Amino acid sequence: MTILNLVFIVFLGILFFIAYFHISNYILDNYGNKTLKRYNFENSIRVIVFITPAFIVLFIFILYPVFETIRLSFYDKFGREFVGLYNYKWAINDPEFRRSILNNLVWLLVVPTLSTFFGLVIANLADRIWWGSIAKSIIFMPMAISFVGAGVIWKFIYEYRGPENTQIGLLNAIIVSLGYEPQAWLTIPMWNNFFLMAIMIWIQTGLALVIFSAALRSIPKEMLEAARIDGASELKIFFSIVIPYLEQTILVIWTLITIIVLRIFDIIFAMTNGEWQTGVLANLMYDWMFRGGGDSGRGSVLAIVIMIGVIPILAWNLYKHRQEQKI
Amino acid sequence: MKKFSISSLLSQLLLLFFVIIWIIPTFGLFISSLRDKDLLAISGWWTSLTTTEVNEIYRMSGMESQIEEDGYFKIKGKLFEDNSGKKIESFGITSKKINEFNIGDIATFKDESEVLLDEDGNYEWRSRTEFKKKKGKRLFTTSLSPPAFTFENYREVLFKEGIGRAFINTMAVALPSTLIPLIICSFFAYSLTWMKFYGRDTLLAIIIASLVVPLQMSLIPILTIYNDFGALFGVAAKSYPGVWMAHTGFGLASTTFLLRNFLKSLPNEMMEAAKVDGASHYDIFLRIIIPLSIPAFASIFILQFLWCWNDLLVGLVFLDQVPSEIILTAKLKELLGSRGENWEILTTGAFVSMTVPLFIFFALQRYFIRGLVAGSVKG
Repeated sequence: MTILNLVFIVFLGILFFIAYFHISNYILDNYGNKTLKRYNFENSIRVIVFITPAFIVLFIFILYPVFETIRLSFYDKFGREFVGLYNYKWAINDPEFRRSILNNLVWLLVVPTLSTFFGLVIANLADRIWWGSIAKSIIFMPMAISFVGAGVIWKFIYEYRGPENTQIGLLNAIIVSLGYEPQAWLTIPMWNNFFLMAIMIWIQTGLALVIFSAALRSIPKEMLEAARIDGASELKIFFSIVIPYLEQTILVIWTLITIIVLRIFDIIFAMTNGEWQTGVLANLMYDWMFRGGGDSGRGSVLAIVIMIGVIPILAWNLYKHRQEQKI
Repeated sequence: MKKFSISSLLSQLLLLFFVIIWIIPTFGLFISSLRDKDLLAISGWWTSLTTTEVNEIYRMSGMESQIEEDGYFKIKGKLFEDNSGKKIESFGITSKKINEFNIGDIATFKDESEVLLDEDGNYEWRSRTEFKKKKGKRLFTTSLSPPAFTFENYREVLFKEGIGRAFINTMAVALPSTLIPLIICSFFAYSLTWMKFYGRDTLLAIIIASLVVPLQMSLIPILTIYNDFGALFGVAAKSYPGVWMAHTGFGLASTTFLLRNFLKSLPNEMMEAAKVDGASHYDIFLRIIIPLSIPAFASIFILQFLWCWNDLLVGLVFLDQVPSEIILTAKLKELLGSRGENWEILTTGAFVSMTVPLFIFFALQRYFIRGLVAGSVKG
């Protein structure tokens, strides 16, 4: 496809949706009232015009797939024959699956916790320093770049050369200058997971940071002033006022990062492709979508396991939504 | 107030520490992308401002270029180009002793031919007997190379490695994938906020639930739909419109949710007044909602655009990995596999892929942050 063709279909695609809304509403505005008379009827056609595209997309891309994935998890690799719990039994006995779920759990424990912690500490520090906003910008910046881009950045840091060569990876250069042997960091089982997690923490701390910064401003100034006048140290203020005040925000950020980490795929795919025991569920699922011509049953089971991880959060969100609706 | 200033100094130092840790990885990548590729391969980017010692192997010209002069058969030539600024310190004629001779020494090969080398790489290879080999002998040089920065890597990556085309492809994926959900969801959010209809609350609950559904749940069924659709109508199963709609689907819940939260905050009286004046919902939408929502649109546009620009999985599953369709992230991943040792290509490619996000980040940071703070939850 030539570039000119590409530009053309991009315009056509966007124009299509604008045209749909404009033409259908134009017809309703100019002819609807005359032929349909009753306002309510015209109104309900308008509702249909407004929500149909979004609803179709929602149905095809979210609602139907959720049920289809659940169905497929009970079928064979082609999705044709019912096999009961076979795929689930396979998963439980598969060493790769166990490794992945274990890795996922470690990721879930480490990344949201450390990102939230660093975000909170940095937001607090930056809030009181005149060059704090520049510092925040710099720490927030990794949020803008892709996981793969971040992967290249960090792969360069972890780059390994044999001990007889000059190290061009920063980490090994430091290690060598301290008198130790250089290491191929990404191939050391168990520890390599933490080197991959460092990348995610590097990215997600920015997210926590900006949300905390916004939340910090909502703490009443008088309260902090009063505490300072009473002689409370900054540490004491941090633990006795700031943290209790931000409890809700901490929870929100922690869940937010948990959801992102649960379906982490890009970093591992780009850096190790799940080798050296770094695989997680999303990578294993991608693998099974195509391995041996693709196995939709096993792939679906893996997707469902990821889904199970978010169900508590989903339920909590719905519960909160209900409460808000009542008010 | 003494105690305060010490704690202030400590917090400044601590913050500085964090800032340095956070900036160094990106900074190293940027510097490396501008370095001469030969230097990049043998020295760390933190040494880029100092002179580097380089060990190289060159081969002299063969018999075709020999001339007869002063009773010798001579082959003259240059090992490297003038403008590199390299100065040779020492050289050798076997791989075992690469530092055997200094500039000015005459090195004698086993066949009794002799070679003279100056520090700029000019050599004179002479022999009493005629040269009979097509290939010249090898010279091992140790030279000092001054700092060298170049845009050569960018030219190479953009035009030879296909990153330039991937950049255009990514734009062709990300722009519609951002605008289409924005168009569709603004109408959807409007009707969820300002229109009364049966099932509205259920629809809203579905949106809230969809916010956290991981996109992995959708991959297999949608891939099947696309394959069936492609086979049925005889078109390609993987195509740009397919990716746009997939991104639209995965971004629909969060876009609708954020827009609805914004619309809810607009005063009801304004809509009522417009309705009394005989405005239709479409009039209200065009004349009142859109102008008021520009800041919200900007935030959501940036979030969704960055999401699509940085995405790997959707582009991997729903596009063919061919030059006319491959996106930047997928291309980078491919280069990580095939050119894993060519750091000049990887660092430059990664930096090219980061230009658009970084531009958005620095130019529109306020809207970006506002969007994130407004509670972006995305499956």
